Parts: sequence; C-alpha cells; structure tokens
Amino acid sequence: MTSIGTGYDLSASTYSPDGRIFQVEYANKAVENSGTVIGLRVKDGVVLAVEKIIHSKLLVPEANRRIQTVDKHIGLASSGLLADGRHIANRARDEAASLLSMWRSPPTVQALVDRVGLYVQAYTLYSSVRPFGCSTIIGGVDKTGPALFIIEPSGVSYGFHGAAVGKGRQLAKTELEKLKLSELSTREAVFEIARIIYLVHDDAKEKDFELELSWIGDETGGLHLPVPKDLYDEASRKAKESLENFE
Amino acid sequence: METIDISRLKSGEVNLGTSIMAVQFNDGVVVGADSRTTTGSYIANRVTDKLTHVHDRIYCCRSGSAADTQAIADYVHYYLQLYAQMHGERPPVHTAASVFDKFCYENKDALSAGIIVAGWDKEAGPSVYNIPLGGGLFRQPWAIGGSGSTYVYGYCDATYQEGWGRDETVEFVKNKRRLKSCPSALALAMSRDGSSGGVIRMCVITEDGVERLFVPGNELPKFWEGKEVLGLPLNKKSSDEPVPMAVEA
Amino acid sequence: MDHFPTNWGRPRNELYDQYNTFPLHQRPTNHTDTFTDGVQRTQQPIVTGTSVLAIQYKDGVMMAADNLASYGSLARFRDITRLHAVGTSTIVGASGDMSDFQYLQRVLDEIVTDEFTAGDGNSLGPAEVHEFLARRMYARRSKMNPLWNALLVGGIQNGKRFLAFVDLLGTTYSASSLATGYGAHIALPILRQDVDPNPDAITEEAAREILRKCMRVLYYRDARSLDKYQIATVTSAGVSISEAQKLDTNWDFAEKIRGYGSQTQ
Repeated sequence: MTSIGTGYDLSASTYSPDGRIFQVEYANKAVENSGTVIGLRVKDGVVLAVEKIIHSKLLVPEANRRIQTVDKHIGLASSGLLADGRHIANRARDEAASLLSMWRSPPTVQALVDRVGLYVQAYTLYSSVRPFGCSTIIGGVDKTGPALFIIEPSGVSYGFHGAAVGKGRQLAKTELEKLKLSELSTREAVFEIARIIYLVHDDAKEKDFELELSWIGDETGGLHLPVPKDLYDEASRKAKESLENFE
Repeated sequence: METIDISRLKSGEVNLGTSIMAVQFNDGVVVGADSRTTTGSYIANRVTDKLTHVHDRIYCCRSGSAADTQAIADYVHYYLQLYAQMHGERPPVHTAASVFDKFCYENKDALSAGIIVAGWDKEAGPSVYNIPLGGGLFRQPWAIGGSGSTYVYGYCDATYQEGWGRDETVEFVKNKRRLKSCPSALALAMSRDGSSGGVIRMCVITEDGVERLFVPGNELPKFWEGKEVLGLPLNKKSSDEPVPMAVEA
Repeated sequence: MDHFPTNWGRPRNELYDQYNTFPLHQRPTNHTDTFTDGVQRTQQPIVTGTSVLAIQYKDGVMMAADNLASYGSLARFRDITRLHAVGTSTIVGASGDMSDFQYLQRVLDEIVTDEFTAGDGNSLGPAEVHEFLARRMYARRSKMNPLWNALLVGGIQNGKRFLAFVDLLGTTYSASSLATGYGAHIALPILRQDVDPNPDAITEEAAREILRKCMRVLYYRDARSLDKYQIATVTSAGVSISEAQKLDTNWDFAEKIRGYGSQTQ
C-alpha cells in the first residue's frame, strides 16, 4: 500500500488526509484472502455455502465451522478471521434474543442486520480496538420472506439476491448473475451453490477444502439447518461432475 | 371470597371503573368505552376518553387506575414509534399487545390495569387482545372489560356471531334503537354498573383509517326500568283513602 | 390438621389457595391484625387454570388439561391451551396463574432456541426441562415472589418415559401417574388404579380413555373446570397436542330426583 510509513494506518481512529481509514481497508484484505463464502436468496428460502480451506490434514473433519445459527430462522456465514466471525455470531445471537424479547415475535433479518451492523461499525471508531477482519453473510426467512445481507468490516450492510465474499468472489458473482435466483427453489439452489464453490476453488494454488452447506426454506420448516447428508453428497458429486465437464 | 382483589387502588386514586369492549369484524375492529371516571362514588370526569391511540391503526381501551393505564399507554406509544422507525413499517397489533403485556406482567405488584388492545395490521388483519389484571396475553374475537363487563358477559356470548360486517358490529357495541333485537352491550353495562356511565365513545379501525363515533348520554338506548314507582297507590281516589268522619248537624 | 378451630367447617380461602397448593397447616388464617394494611402481598394468581393430568403408558406419556382460564369464578377465557411442547420430546402442562405460565413458555422457548443455535447436536429432554423448571420455581419462591403454578413435565428420553411434578415452592416428585390441583384429590386415585399396576399394558387408546374418564369426573366435581380439553402425547415419534375436544356427560339420573329426602313428587 502506498501509504505505508505515513502513520495514518496505525489506528482505526485516524483518517488519512484523503478521508480513508486504512485499518478498515486492511480488515477487508483479511476477507479477500479467505475462502469463498456464498449466499443465495431464492424463491422460498436461502442457501449458504463456504469453501473452508483445510490448512492441515490433522484437523478433525467438520471442525471450525464457518456457518452458524443465529436464531431458529436465521443463519450466518463468515469469511475472514474465524475467531472474529464467531464473536460476531455470538453478538448476533444476543441481538436476535434481545429483539425477540422486546417485540415478542421472531426478528426480521433486516432488523438483526441493522443491529449487528451498528456493532461492527463501533469497532471502526476507537484507537483501542481493531475493526473486525471478516465479512458476514446473514440469511434467513422471516415474515417478509427470504432475506440475505452482507455486513462488511466497515459496518455497512447491503441486501442481496446473491452474495459472494472471499477469494473467489469475482468468479462466483459472474456465475451468480447467470442464475434466475427468484425462480429457483431452495433445493435447486443447493446444487447451484455447491457447483459454484467447487468452480471457484483454485486447485493449483489452494490446499484441500471442505464444503459447508446450510439452508432455510419450506423444506426445513423455516429452520436454519445443515443440508442433510444425502443431499449434501449428491450436490458435491454433481458439482465435481460439472467441474470435469467445464474443464 | 370469590372476588378478585381490584381494591389495589391506593386510597383516593382515580379509578376507571369502566365498561370497555372491542370487537373484530371482517375488515376491521370496533372499540368502545363509556366515559365515567370516579374517585370513590364521586364522578371526577363525566366525559373521559378511555380509547387511547397507541399507533396509526392500534388503539387500546383502558380500565383500572387512570394514572397507571395512562402511564402504560404513553410508554407503549413511545415503544411503537420506536418500532416503526426501526422496521420502517407499522407495528403489528400482536407486538403492541405484547408490549402492554410486558409492562403489566413485569410490574404486576405495582399496577392495576386491565387493558384491551385492538387494531388492524397487514399480517393478521383485524385483531383484538385482552390483557387482564396481572398481565397475560389472550387473543379473542371480541373482548369486554372493566367493572361493567361482568353484567353483560351472557348478553355478549348470546349475541356475538362471527362474520359480522362493520355496521352490525357497531350496533352490537352502541345501538341507538335501530335494531330492537340487538341492544348495545355497552349501554346495558352502563345502565347496571354504577361505576360506568356518561357517553359512549367508539372507534372503527380499518386498513383505511380510524373513524370516531359518539353517542351522547341523553341518546343512549333505554331498557326496562320497571313500570312506575312501586309502592305508591295507583289511584288516589281508592276506598282506602282516609274519609272525614261524618258529624251530625 | 388445621389447628385453628375458627377455620373448621369453613371453606378454604380461595383467593389465596384456589388450587389447594398450601398444605393444610400452612394456610393463611382469616384473622386480620394491626399490621395487615402494612403488609404488601407478594402476589396472587389472577387468571388461573385448573387441574392437569398425566400418565405413562406403553408408547410414552399422555397429558390432559382443559381449555379454561378462569378469573376468580368467572369462566373468562374458554379457548386457551395449557399444554406446551418444549423441543421435540417434552410436554409441559400448567395449572395456576396463566400469566406466569405464559412467562414460563417464553423462558422455555428461549432455552430451546439457545440449544438449537449452539448447533452442537445436543437437545433438551424432559429431565433437563423438569430440573430447569424446578430450579427456577425454587429460586423465585426464595425471592418471596413465586411463579404461581403447579406443573407436570412429561416426555421420552433415551427410550425411557419421564413424568414429574413441580410446583410454586419448587417441590418435585415423580410417578407413573400424576395430577395437579383438584385432580390430585379426585382423579389421581382413579389414575393410580388404572395405570400403576402396569403402564406397559396400556395402549394409546386405553390411555386416552382413562384420561377422558378422569376429565369427566373432574368436570362433574371441579367448579373451575370446562368440558372442553386437549390431550398431548409424547412418543418416540415426537410430541403431538390434539385439537380441543368435548366431554360427553350424563345427567339422565337427575330427572327422577325429587326433593332432598322423603319427598316423592
């Protein structure tokens, strides 16, 4: 970065003369180098997928999950620093519980994202803390229907039909744009999302990866659940097949 | 022995010894209340408005302590404004009723408030919730409350039917002698309950808006009150009347 | 034994002790003293539900409660449910204060959600739910602010049936047939006769019939009951709560009764 040595990047509470906060931009770097995370918002639900890079063969399979459950009907997938993602998930659970106890009805994804966004943004204000090194995809099905958002390290959040963050986001977004997301069923979306994760994974550069899949929709009774094993296996198999045809 | 202790009012406290009700119909709700506020047997206000706006399409009917229920309604009004700002849309009636319940339940030792919440929202359409004395949330197609309600439970059970339209529902609540067979539940309660009286105020809440209705106290429907004053002789010329003694000239 | 002769033969004070939750010797006496006005009551049940019944049977646990929430003697809400499913293997039935029961429903739903979002494959069974409720009820009575309920908790855990009681004091016990409130006086003897010898011999249909019989007896003798009730079953297949159903009752014998003694016409 050109500004190295200028001293404007030492604290999140310092602007550079052209109005940037370098600590927040560095936090984005942590996300850009992490495994790809995708979310799809489709006709009747939401699907989340993570390309979890396995940095050691000694790791227990399915350990260190990057997809977590925030409320019965809301899931969260994070890219970037794993521990930061866990912290945000815990905060999101507290926020969801707080919204539920305040209004006595399941929180909307939008309301939750607003609250978590405020929390993330607060970490860009003080010299004593660093911004979160992760982008968070939050998806769920609430009274308004399926909803999908990204919260960036800066604290801003946007709603999406299809969301991708991490190393393979560019290719993933190109693939997402080809899909008719509002016509897809959640089950169909599981196959698409698995295919895209396999597609964007760079075999040459990266080590092994593990696919994480979760879904929320009519088929899960509105609950955020891991994709069942048989569907997971089928989706992975078809993803690998399409990869062979693609190449 | 069997009565619930409503005497939790502090001495001298202003009481909405009341007749209130709310009825859900096809595309809205009707809420109604009398207008009497008492301290003991003195009528502190004969033209009270017990129908309280808490959001655009949600009203509550207050019974119990005037001070307590006004304070609660003010808080709920604030909460619902907060909800509308946070969510960018009107709060559902269920949410409004839940906030009332929260206050009533969590402060049951300090409050005497029996509240009916009614209104219209885009998820549930019209709905009515009852929050009795110590809190607790109960959805009902129609609800009555306050001291006067005990006199008209039977009447309401026998009269209410599902599927009413706006006009039938309004008649059920108020009635100005248009439908002889369907006298007003509120007027009946007011005529027997000393703690209720004055005028009938009503609101009709639909998707389109809130309409206020009013029946002055001198135009309330009249009910049976006995024929004449009992115990007086019917005919003053009856033979019982004392007759002066005949005196011989 | 009530040692206060002035209480003998008088009805118990229903305002304080509607469900006979106080042991006889602890009932508040009716006398008042100089300090009565200065003593702030903790609370009292206001909107109340009456008995809950439950039995173990071949496939699991079955529980019944009517649909009434009373307001003193007024039958105020006649379409409420007093049976609440907790997770997929537990049922809780409540008598006593309905606002406290609704509070407990919210608390239970919250811990079920906490367990779900943890995503560690663990879920709460009836034993955990019962223990949780017992601790919460005891903690509240120790703060002199009890949750005014008597609860039954039933379910299936590791293939074994579970059925237990907990009340406003935090008292707990467990048996193959249980009842709260009036049911503990009137229905429990019948339940014990039918169930205790061998719960494994009772089919689902037989269990349903036993509960229906007891709900009918309670309807005849409990002035705070309703002839509309629900039945919940917990089996290895999960929890199911029935639609509200009506009790069939018999009053035929009343027709030929004359007077109250020797009168014949």
